[in-house]
Amino acid sequence: MHGFANPARFLRIARWLMPLCMGVGLATAALALGWGLILAPAERLQGETVRIMYLHVPSAWLGMAGWMGIAGASFTELVWRHPLSAIAARACAVPGAVFTAVCLVTGSLWGRPAWGTWWVWDGRLTSMLVLLFLYFGWMALAQASESSDGGENRAPAIFGLVGAVNIPIIHYSVIWWNSQHQPPSITMGKSAMSGDFLIPLLAATLGFTLIFAGVVLARMRAILANQQAEARLRRKAFSEVEF
Amino acid sequence: MREAMDPWTFVVAAYVIGVGATLAMVAWSLLTMRSAEKRRDEARKR
Repeated sequence: MHGFANPARFLRIARWLMPLCMGVGLATAALALGWGLILAPAERLQGETVRIMYLHVPSAWLGMAGWMGIAGASFTELVWRHPLSAIAARACAVPGAVFTAVCLVTGSLWGRPAWGTWWVWDGRLTSMLVLLFLYFGWMALAQASESSDGGENRAPAIFGLVGAVNIPIIHYSVIWWNSQHQPPSITMGKSAMSGDFLIPLLAATLGFTLIFAGVVLARMRAILANQQAEARLRRKAFSEVEF
Repeated sequence: MREAMDPWTFVVAAYVIGVGATLAMVAWSLLTMRSAEKRRDEARKR
């Protein structure tokens, strides 16, 4: 893992991995969403609205995965000070926040016909909304830390680790508290869902996960390139001042 | 009594928002990456 923290080695891998993830992810997600929208059957109780699941579930998973990415990168930043850790954390924030927002909006659109309401302040929905606010707070802190000198990545890294407390709260909220939201249909090794729904759902989750990975790699390349351009321009400015 | 709602309105709205947000994010990440790498290459040439 330490070997991959080398920016030059990372760029060599990201140059071919990023378009691969994006291409395969977009194709898989398009096929899975088409399958879910046209070929998959309607559900016995929820009818056609169950099709929202093929977008809602992957975005919920990626909203949480994005913060786990921030927490993992924050941990390596604080412990090993990998040069790419802070960049990886910053790259995870925007796609994580976008998928969290998509999860909340699609959930609301699913809730209206299924529950008869757009929103309820129950454990699952509220903890997911808290996750979106955590993303906004983290991005603001990372932006502010970037412009200050010295120890600039420590505060966002600590925030990233502390904010990870919300992830098990989101996951277990439907078990711990009485919730309008259903309990998990898929757990480790078993599923309460028929294959007609499960296969397109897993395909959509794989597709969106690859898109997420592609976006993170593209964001990392962008942040790294900006840092390298800044460093070069600063070096040039200093050398001109000396002469 | 439950009000009659067309489920497809909600399904289509969810797909338009979800797919639109994902594609916008992909396009934005690729464009910012391209412009950042172009800026770095220009800084190297100077």
